[in-house]
Amino acid sequence: MSQTDMAANSQRNPPPFPGSEDQDPLSEMADGDSDEGEDIFVGNRNPVAARTESFQPNTANGEEPADLFSEEDSGPAARSSNSPPGYKSSGVHSDDDSDLFAEASMELAGGGPSTAAKPSEAEAGPSPTTRKSTTQPMSMEQLEEDEVKDNFELDVAVTNPEKIGDGMNAYMAYKVSTVTTLPMFRNRTFSVWRRFSDFLGLYEKLSLKHSLNGCIIPPPPEKSVVGMTKVKVGKEDSSSADFVERRRAALERYLQRVVSHPSLLQDPDVREFLERDELPRAVSTQALSGAGFLKMINKASDAVNKMTIKINESDTWFDDKLQEVESEELQLRKLHTVVESLVNHRKELCGNTAVFAKSIAMLGTSEDNTALSRALSQLAEVEDKMEALHQAQAASDFFIFAELLADYIRLLGAVRGCFEQRMKAWQRWQESQSTLQKKREAEAKLLWANKPDKLQQAKEEITEWEGKVTQYERDFDRISVTVRKEVLRFEKEKSKDFKSQLVKYLESFLQSQQRLIKFWEAFLPEAKAIA
Amino acid sequence: SLSRQTARSVSVDLNNDASLLIDIPDALCERDKVKFTVHTKTTLSCFQKLDFSVPRQHEDFIWLHDTLVETEDYAGLIIPPAPPKPDFESPREKMHKLGEGEATMTKEEYSKMKQELEAEYLAVFKKTVQVHEVFLQRLSSHPILSKDRNFQIFLEYDQDLSVRRKNAKETFGSFFKNMVKSADEVIISGIKEVDDFFEQEKTFLLDYSSKIKDSTAKAEKMTRSHKNVADDYIHISATLSSLSVDDNTKVEGRVASDEELKLTELLRYYMRDIQAAKDLLYRRARALADYENSNKALDKARLKSKDMAQAEEHQQQCLQKFDKLSESGKRELTSFKGRRVVAFRKNLIEMAELEIKHAKNNMALLQGCIELLKSN
Repeated sequence: MSQTDMAANSQRNPPPFPGSEDQDPLSEMADGDSDEGEDIFVGNRNPVAARTESFQPNTANGEEPADLFSEEDSGPAARSSNSPPGYKSSGVHSDDDSDLFAEASMELAGGGPSTAAKPSEAEAGPSPTTRKSTTQPMSMEQLEEDEVKDNFELDVAVTNPEKIGDGMNAYMAYKVSTVTTLPMFRNRTFSVWRRFSDFLGLYEKLSLKHSLNGCIIPPPPEKSVVGMTKVKVGKEDSSSADFVERRRAALERYLQRVVSHPSLLQDPDVREFLERDELPRAVSTQALSGAGFLKMINKASDAVNKMTIKINESDTWFDDKLQEVESEELQLRKLHTVVESLVNHRKELCGNTAVFAKSIAMLGTSEDNTALSRALSQLAEVEDKMEALHQAQAASDFFIFAELLADYIRLLGAVRGCFEQRMKAWQRWQESQSTLQKKREAEAKLLWANKPDKLQQAKEEITEWEGKVTQYERDFDRISVTVRKEVLRFEKEKSKDFKSQLVKYLESFLQSQQRLIKFWEAFLPEAKAIA
Repeated sequence: SLSRQTARSVSVDLNNDASLLIDIPDALCERDKVKFTVHTKTTLSCFQKLDFSVPRQHEDFIWLHDTLVETEDYAGLIIPPAPPKPDFESPREKMHKLGEGEATMTKEEYSKMKQELEAEYLAVFKKTVQVHEVFLQRLSSHPILSKDRNFQIFLEYDQDLSVRRKNAKETFGSFFKNMVKSADEVIISGIKEVDDFFEQEKTFLLDYSSKIKDSTAKAEKMTRSHKNVADDYIHISATLSSLSVDDNTKVEGRVASDEELKLTELLRYYMRDIQAAKDLLYRRARALADYENSNKALDKARLKSKDMAQAEEHQQQCLQKFDKLSESGKRELTSFKGRRVVAFRKNLIEMAELEIKHAKNNMALLQGCIELLKSN
């Protein structure tokens, strides 16, 4: 394949099978989980050609302008009438329950059916900004309006997980699609393919650059050797499908958080990540994987706590806020444990309901009164439907609720991290002050001892350290301002996020209750017909 | 003490005859023991008063049941199954765990869990009262059993009944009897049946019995899982209350405990009732075996020309007993069938209606919550 071919195709095709330029075989091995692919679609490398209808926004509502996420930048005319219901792009609009995975499974029809089947009720992820309960998809005018309102000019989505390659070298590729009005991008809508290590690489770069400023860098999803190995090895079961979906959703939320951060959005690495056709492979993502980095931060903060350094300041805001964050993290961890228990119990309920349904069906066959026999087999069917409901609810419990909590536990860790950075800045400043003090004392001593050459050097050092003290004080002030700003922004985002996710969760619950009513209302006449 | 509303769901058409009306309006729970207040309203002359109540314990009910089972005259009847012992084990254990874990949870969480446990306790309580009441009402609505002298003593005797209850030796005896009875299925299936009705009944009951046992067990498992989910919601809602989210817990919890009362109870009850019907078949099978043995004995006697009159009489008695059992058995089993069908119907309708009602409540609650969250 020539370079141009690859460039042309890379818009559509996943990056070529590693074995070419940038693969570091050692890091492949060591890095047990970089996006090594789930072999759900055996050898399914080029489904893209069949997928021109991907990401159709909700055409039923009719208002979408350009076909936001298709490969060609074609207009509405290109959309066929049987395009799947709207792709729910993040942050653009509604809590339209359109089935993201219906389209994914449609596209991957050539491959395994198992992927998208399960989490069909799960949503695409939280919107960083919540539109005020609008159920209309965004028109261009609305987009512009909201630009002014919310300053949110970029939407990003992660979709179409695809396994590239086979065996232990395989990896998962994800399509990252962007819609934007920001002039710094070449196009308004574009897509690229990325693998998991690319996301980690992005995080690494952003941390290196921004965390020292006191920015809250959104942490990426965690690595999972077990999950990925299963997938690589080709286990085609629902747990693999769940794993892929979980990761896809987590990557999407991660990116959404990154792009909704005003400073990070301006970072050229982010731009490159979103836009550039091929990214150099991120190596050594092990050391600075999200979890690894957080571990470093946690260790550091533990160390600090043990030293019980307190910043001597009159403004207790930071101290109070840190305590709030720590206690909130504890609460969320507790809550997460209970929600995990809920997911498991509901899965159990699922299983027990299915077993019960079978048993009642058997009882029905044994029953000699005809009408009662029929009613019992109807009951068995209702219980089967209930099982499906419980299943869907369990998915909702997990993908909406549990993942929300897991995200924020990690995020709160990142928040603590930036308090950490501020603490370090303060320390640096304090230490420089004490060093300056020492230098001055040394100078005084030299004055007494009357050593002119050393005196000169001492004076130079004093000037140097005076400069440093000023510098570090300024740094500290700056980081304090940033931390405060970041935390306030974070809290706002968190509150919005929680609210919108909870609404989504409750709405899924609401839906299941509606269906429940239908099932039982259909059963009632059967029960009444018993004679 | 507890005043309960009627919610009889496992049997119908009971307590309709004004000449003898029984109910359990009240019950007291002291530690392990439940004291039931058995209230009788009657126009029958065999009773001393027209309207009276006595306190009874669970063991008194068991005594009554066992006495009836052991009465020869009632061999051809389906004796209503004895009510199971009140079992507060589950909520009590949970209450204990809750007490131990009190330090680790917030005040709100603790109070919510306590509330939930109290509701569970209440549900168990209601269940046991109901099942004891149904037992008595089955007796009172049976043309033959309602006239039983021991039954009347049970209803009326205003002293402690424990004197009349089994002593240890007798208990052992009945235990042994139960052991033998567990082979009843073999005996029943082994019988050479001439009567079509009983042939069908036998097949049906044996099959149905094992299936309903299975369904009961699985229904119990299902409702337990549902309870676990409800409990999780309590923890969640307590922790989330700072975000002013709703009370999913009450809603899920109530559905679980209502399902418990309805479907599982129905199945459990009929599992025991089927057993009572099987017991009848068993007794009839024994009677047939006795008859066949008496035939053999008669033949032997004729051969030996010895004790012929005695053998003949014995044979006649066996035949009579067998015929009586068959005739009454047929009646009993037919009415049992009808009763079962009616009870299932009532129960399934109520269950479906409850599911719908609760789902609608849930929806209202959820919608309210969603509005609240969206409007902030």
